[in-house]
Amino acid sequence: MSGTLAFVLRRLLVTLPVLVAMSVLVFLIIHLVPGDPVRTMLGFRATDATVAEMRHQLGLDRPLVEQYASWASGLLRGDLGTDLVSHAPLSELLAQRLPVTFELAGLSMLLAVAAGVPLGVRAATGGRWTRRLTDGFVVFGVSVPDFWLGIMLVILFAGLLAWLPPSGHVAFSDDPMGNLRYMALPVLTLAVGEAAYILRTTRGAVESVLGRPFVTFLRAKGLSPRRIVYGHALRNAGPSIVTVIGIQVGVLLGGAIVIEQLFGLPGVGKLIVTGITQRNYPVVQAGVLAIATIFILVSLLTDLIVGWLDPRVADAVST
Amino acid sequence: MTSLGLPAPPARAPQRRPGRLILLGLLALLILGAAAAAAPWLAPWDPEEMDVMGVMGPPSAAHPFGSDVMGRDVLSRVLFALRASLLVSTSAVAASLLVAVPLGLLAGYFGTWVDSVVSRGLDMILVLPAMLLAITFIAILGPGSVVAALAIAVIYLPILARVMRTGALVVTRNDYVLGARARGASHLRVLLTHVLPNALGPVVVQASILAGFALQLEAGLSFLGLGVQPPTPSLGSMLAEGRDVLTIAPWVEVFPGLAIVLAVLAFTLLGEGLRQAFDPEGVAE
Amino acid sequence: MSGLLSFSDVTVRFAGQERPAVDGVTLDLRAGEMFGLVGESGSGKSTLANAVLGLLPGSAQVTGSIRLNGREVLGLSEEELRQVRGDEAAMIFQDASASLDPTWPVGDQIAETIRAHRPVSRREAERRAVELMAEVGIPDAARRSREAPHRFSGGMRQRIVIAAALANDPRLLIADEPTTALDVTIQAQVLQLIDRLRRDHGTTVLLITHDLGVVAQVCDRVGVMRGGRLLEVAMGANLFARPTHPYTRALLAANPATAPRGSRLPVIPPEWSVESLGPGGADG
Repeated sequence: MSGTLAFVLRRLLVTLPVLVAMSVLVFLIIHLVPGDPVRTMLGFRATDATVAEMRHQLGLDRPLVEQYASWASGLLRGDLGTDLVSHAPLSELLAQRLPVTFELAGLSMLLAVAAGVPLGVRAATGGRWTRRLTDGFVVFGVSVPDFWLGIMLVILFAGLLAWLPPSGHVAFSDDPMGNLRYMALPVLTLAVGEAAYILRTTRGAVESVLGRPFVTFLRAKGLSPRRIVYGHALRNAGPSIVTVIGIQVGVLLGGAIVIEQLFGLPGVGKLIVTGITQRNYPVVQAGVLAIATIFILVSLLTDLIVGWLDPRVADAVST
Repeated sequence: MTSLGLPAPPARAPQRRPGRLILLGLLALLILGAAAAAAPWLAPWDPEEMDVMGVMGPPSAAHPFGSDVMGRDVLSRVLFALRASLLVSTSAVAASLLVAVPLGLLAGYFGTWVDSVVSRGLDMILVLPAMLLAITFIAILGPGSVVAALAIAVIYLPILARVMRTGALVVTRNDYVLGARARGASHLRVLLTHVLPNALGPVVVQASILAGFALQLEAGLSFLGLGVQPPTPSLGSMLAEGRDVLTIAPWVEVFPGLAIVLAVLAFTLLGEGLRQAFDPEGVAE
Repeated sequence: MSGLLSFSDVTVRFAGQERPAVDGVTLDLRAGEMFGLVGESGSGKSTLANAVLGLLPGSAQVTGSIRLNGREVLGLSEEELRQVRGDEAAMIFQDASASLDPTWPVGDQIAETIRAHRPVSRREAERRAVELMAEVGIPDAARRSREAPHRFSGGMRQRIVIAAALANDPRLLIADEPTTALDVTIQAQVLQLIDRLRRDHGTTVLLITHDLGVVAQVCDRVGVMRGGRLLEVAMGANLFARPTHPYTRALLAANPATAPRGSRLPVIPPEWSVESLGPGGADG
């Protein structure tokens, strides 16, 4: 068991500096703005006094390192700063918005995996027509921009058929059925694109594994095809599939930003976009930080799962 | 296929005629590219001109793609928007290549610390998902097509560099490279005459595929209002505009959407077609 | 003739190839014997072996008759063959590392063979797997059955493969070059293991190899193949002492292990085409 523990610890150790580096980058956002960010925030009609006061309020007149130190320690305490426009604490704002984004990304990925993996296996082992159909689906899913698909789905389901609402949101805790009805189209939109990637990867990985020599011995042992494909091939293909899922979570989070805008979902993505147009830098920083952290943690999780699936990875000395 | 449903002993997956894919993709791209480039002359109307009488008119002889909320000709706007979007995405990939190719070559050829430094540095970029990185750029530098192109170039830098690096690594191991060095050829000469030409294949494939993604990315940014700025029309912003009148004037939404899909499809097909010819091992993602 | 395994005029043709890979082989294996099938690469010995359990690629056409325990196996459906494999007859291959799933614990890989053919519980199968591992000589079997293949040496892995193959006590074991990928010292150990298991369980073993030295160690009878044809079959000792077929004689003379000391190793003339060698004779 200590082998596993060592592996987990090693991975954690690698992730920590990444988190720190990312936080530095996010912190620098406001400092990289050409010209005077404070003036940009307040507009050209602001007086020098107001600008100076805001600068002091934001702590921008202190040395860089000191600023970072206080910002970072604030983060660890749960203080993400204040929204410039609404003066609300950002931690509250994020607490409201993160669940929406989580739900969107989580459900989409769940649906994508539930559809993509089995279809990918079928494509790897099936006949010509199965392959043709899945090929077509993959090309479609990869080429069509998700927000265009979203719009088309809205036309179809909200416009023509009027089965589902085109936009809006209701919290799950308030109205579960309503929540799902509002989430249906956004989730479907994102899931299609993701499923295409997952299908493609699953198919390639399973096909590749089935071509390996150990499969011959599995047949010689008299195992059923089902067992060979689902017990062995899929398990060996697992690392590749899980790795792609990890990468796709990043793509998904990016896509969620656009989809939230499209469907009017009050998530973190929408928050960031609004923040950009308002020049509300603290909001942008908090939002980017939140999403990037999620992504990095998901990558860590992916690594750990791959290590669990393939014992050789966990045993490898090098990281 | 054996009756098991398991594939027969490994032969390569049946090759679709590679020529056809490349041809299709190339053809589509040429048509779209030419149309976009010739927009100023091809477009029947000025994209900003508002035909107040014909607001939200369906496709007709005067307006083959219909007219939008402000009476502007959709066809003309699509042509100019295509131009803008293609310009941003292709220049982004080109710029990325300009930096990625030398970096990847150096990393793959020299290995050791050069590789470590380059790879670690580029990995930093991968920490943020693409859209997020683009948005961060725009948050700092402000919206606009140049910033969008720059952001996209940076986003795809690690991927292109990595593909180049892998190719360079493999080619450098070959005997003819060692032979050239033994004959006294300088590093630069070897890189330019031996390594680069032989390792470039997958990079071209990857670039083509990424151009399609770049187009989607740009469209997404424009959709959010962060990319190409008005008054220049862009496919993404047209989609944003058309949303409100979706049910009454669908053509305002459909045609720009079709343009995006066709363009992305063209790049994807081209990429897949090129892959069969230049990257059979699938180094490119 | 009702031996355990009998080939009757078996011919295997691959699509697009002029000459058959296996050409009219007739052979009977007696119950409990260790039969060595030798020949150089391309002689068709592996093809013949694969034909028994239906493991040839789809493009192969097999004619003739192969009877296992009196039952015709050529022409069985895939599902019927699946039931035979790993149960009545088992097969092991050259590279043990290429035979084991790198992600599964080795104990489970043995256990699954049992559960594929017998209605036993998982616990029972695992217990049996540990027993088998001990029987093939893996120390500390209980603990090691939880480990993945890469934690074992090449020789150990081949033992595990053997354990998996013999899990259901098959009547026939086909071993296709089981020791070729191993160190010489380990080769002897693995061969001794196969021989011991054979005698303990009464299994018939068809041992395929290109190495006459291997054959000399453990085989009761030996058959020589070239170009798809079975040229000669003899008792082990007889083959080495009194080879009848000129090809066999040349093989023995060319093999450093069996050649007379101090002699020059002859070269088998290339003009000895397969056709000119003629059909072999099967000796009782």
